[in-house]
Amino acid sequence: MSKITLKVNGSTHTLDVEASTPLLYILRNDLGLQGPRFGCGLGQCGACTVIINGAAVRSCILPASSVKTEITTLEGLSSNGRLHPLQQAWIDEQVPQCGFCQNGQIMTAKALLDKNPHPTDAQIRESMNATLCRCMTYYRVQAAIKRAAKVVA
Amino acid sequence: MSAAEIPKQVEALLTTHRRGFLKSAGLLVVSFAARAATPTSEAEPAPPYPDPDFRRLDSWIVIHDDNTATFYVGKTDCGQGTGTSFRQLMSDELDIAFDRTTCIMGSTDNTVDQGGSGGSTAMERDSWPMRRAAAEARRVLLEMASARLGAPVDQLAVSNGVISVIASPSKRVTYGELIAGKKFNVTLTGANVNVVTGLAKVKPVQDLHSTGQSPQRDDIPAKVDGSLKWAVDVKLPGMVHARNVKPPFACAKLTGIDEASVRSLPGFLKVVSKGNYVAVVCEREEQAVRAARQLKTTWEKPATAPFPASENLFDYMRTATPASASNPIVTGNPDAAFSSAAHIVEAEYEVPFQGHTAFAGAHATADPTNGQMTIYSNDMKSYGMRNGVATFLGMPREKVRVVWMQGPQGFGRTAADDAGCEAAWIAREIGRPVRVQWMRDEETAWDTKGPAFLVKIRGGLDASGRLVAYDYHARSCDYNHVGYNEPDTVLIAQLMGSRRAKPAAGSAAVPSEKYAIPNRRMRGEVVGLPIVWETPLRTGNLRDPNGPQSTFAAESFIDELAAAAKADPLEFRMNLLKAATTDDGGFRRARSIAVFDAVAKAYGWNPRPSPKPPEKGNIATGRGIAYSFRGQTVVAQIAEVEVNRQTGHVWAKRLVCAHDCGLVVNPQSLHRTLECAMLHGLSRAIHEEVRFDTEKITSVDWVSHPTLRHADAPEQIDIVLVNGDPNPNRPDLPPYGAGEAALKPMLAAIANAIYDATGVRIRRVPFRDDRVLAALKAARA
Repeated sequence: MSKITLKVNGSTHTLDVEASTPLLYILRNDLGLQGPRFGCGLGQCGACTVIINGAAVRSCILPASSVKTEITTLEGLSSNGRLHPLQQAWIDEQVPQCGFCQNGQIMTAKALLDKNPHPTDAQIRESMNATLCRCMTYYRVQAAIKRAAKVVA
Repeated sequence: MSAAEIPKQVEALLTTHRRGFLKSAGLLVVSFAARAATPTSEAEPAPPYPDPDFRRLDSWIVIHDDNTATFYVGKTDCGQGTGTSFRQLMSDELDIAFDRTTCIMGSTDNTVDQGGSGGSTAMERDSWPMRRAAAEARRVLLEMASARLGAPVDQLAVSNGVISVIASPSKRVTYGELIAGKKFNVTLTGANVNVVTGLAKVKPVQDLHSTGQSPQRDDIPAKVDGSLKWAVDVKLPGMVHARNVKPPFACAKLTGIDEASVRSLPGFLKVVSKGNYVAVVCEREEQAVRAARQLKTTWEKPATAPFPASENLFDYMRTATPASASNPIVTGNPDAAFSSAAHIVEAEYEVPFQGHTAFAGAHATADPTNGQMTIYSNDMKSYGMRNGVATFLGMPREKVRVVWMQGPQGFGRTAADDAGCEAAWIAREIGRPVRVQWMRDEETAWDTKGPAFLVKIRGGLDASGRLVAYDYHARSCDYNHVGYNEPDTVLIAQLMGSRRAKPAAGSAAVPSEKYAIPNRRMRGEVVGLPIVWETPLRTGNLRDPNGPQSTFAAESFIDELAAAAKADPLEFRMNLLKAATTDDGGFRRARSIAVFDAVAKAYGWNPRPSPKPPEKGNIATGRGIAYSFRGQTVVAQIAEVEVNRQTGHVWAKRLVCAHDCGLVVNPQSLHRTLECAMLHGLSRAIHEEVRFDTEKITSVDWVSHPTLRHADAPEQIDIVLVNGDPNPNRPDLPPYGAGEAALKPMLAAIANAIYDATGVRIRRVPFRDDRVLAALKAARA
């Protein structure tokens, strides 16, 4: 066991865990942040995505002790009780079916729009392509990203 | 914590996402007040978890003093937003504003047993008792108001939960004032939950106001802000974590467990095992994951190979002796018609096993404290899980309950849930609450599978290109099909040695179309694999269990016939529909024609035979059409594809769907469900296949078992809701099912579009790049 310090959504936490523990388990089980979810544990699906240094990162394969900068989870997207424009676009477009993967869709889209506020359709497809959804909401996710891009811009 | 009390954390989580007003009204108060108001009569025995009585109006509806209503329904939602639609129908019948209602679903001790979800029955079957209960509540409230206001019922008006005297509108009383905190104490009648009714009649369609509108789904906000708590999120005091150690190959016999291999790992608590079932329990989740991976076990292989390798599956199915065969459905004289046909077309189609591959592995949390068992689960048939777990553990069912919470869509997987029995058994073994979850490779390898199909079809055309003879012969690999929450076939039971004396027969469907073919024979046979127990090739209901397979074959073949007759594929189908039929008064035939007309118009279909004249260049484009029924719901679809001649890659650029499921409760929500069902069909068409060698599944994750991705999404999807009976004397169709139906024709539509684009017919699912490329090359050679 070793002490690690994590800064998540503006709060700092010090925990005593195995250094190799994937970040996902700490977020979910120790910090109660359950927006990121376990889908595959292999970094293949994106359900566990968080944002670190502006990049969408798969927390299921990331040792918690390796994270030195701030982590943003789905719970950290809204500010002052206002949803992030992506979250609002997700509601306006009625994107989710079961919703289990949508953490990955929204967080990956957030990282995309932060870097590229006006992505082309092809850039959206390419940037989102490794983020899976078994309900197959892809068409509506892409529509919601385009809707949010209009607001963010 | 007392056993009968759901932890406040979880109770809150069950209801927070329902409606904003709950939050302002004091969430916990509302939900507990509602539960407390759900009666258990003093005369009834008081075991821990009595079944809510469907014949009591109070089991369905609670009115609160702030003039809001909570509906309790025995359904679960798999992601289609059915709870919102139930609220629309029930608020219409009750005459209360939609946004003053909430809906609690699917937990065995506070909602009546409507079976959970499955078979696209939410609106078609299960909305009816809900509507009748709400109508009865309105009737009873009117009677109460009549006494309170001193005016006969026929002189009262109701609007949004307020009853007033028509002649003197200032004389008014709210539902809340009439009944809040009290029970209706009204008994309903009916032999079962599906027919239960009060004295009131439901409203005619034109008097439903919220129904037919598109209020946003009430579950979505919490799904995008991270506040929804799912079955995977349950935490209980003293809870520990378990992970399974699956047999490394099918039908393996456990010969040894070396507990010393994990004993020194951090957090290790126990290895639990019986028969060939093994799980490791640890304090923390990641500890259980690690310990289950590190536990050394030894296994013995079965004497014979349990199944052929996937590349030999169809050869095996072709020559296997069927375990059962259905009686052929015969019209006219097919043999004579074939012998006099001018032209005979024959083809064989292959659909492999396809997985449910839910986005997260099977999971459940079980709490065994105080001699009871509570299971927190996303089982779509939570009521069945209660019964299954009770039988599996040998516990009285009154001491078992299932709290239903949301989970990843499983397309039928959670009807044959495995984790509930596992969590309950482990929890009892160790005497502590335990959370169990399957890992990705376990779920992809060991989930239930949609049956593989081999379909041979022959068709005979006369000299004028008319279809006069048809022979459909399906063979499915579906013997020992796993049913719903069966305590003797659930995987843990199989691994512990349970064998059903007479395995489920399985089924091999025939097509659902309504073509008038004068001489027709259709039959189905089921074959089994060499070993059918403790195998990851166990079949279960996958979204429309046989429909996509049989429709792929039948609707591909109709296109082959149209091509042989040099006819436009839509016109060829229309001619078959417009010929005389004997179906239910032409009702299905007329609606088939209506969806074809609608889809052709929405797409802009120009009649011409397939294939399209060859184009120059690397990308070939084409269009394909297909249709089918699922129950009374009828769907026609057109796919426009691009086929890359260099890579074999297929992209469905545009999808168009005309869909008639009768009364549409929430058009927007239905649109979304249809979009996703179509894309699920596309995924099954171009990606999905379970692969295996002769002892284990080899497609075990999202790389080895691909699914649809963002890049596969069409550029455009058009959906036309054809709601209606084309017969003007027969308006107001009831709601039929939706969800499965829109998946069904997609595989054939894509195959037909590939043929139109390239002139190459692909008869084997999925149409992966390498398979399409090989077919294109073979055609060029």
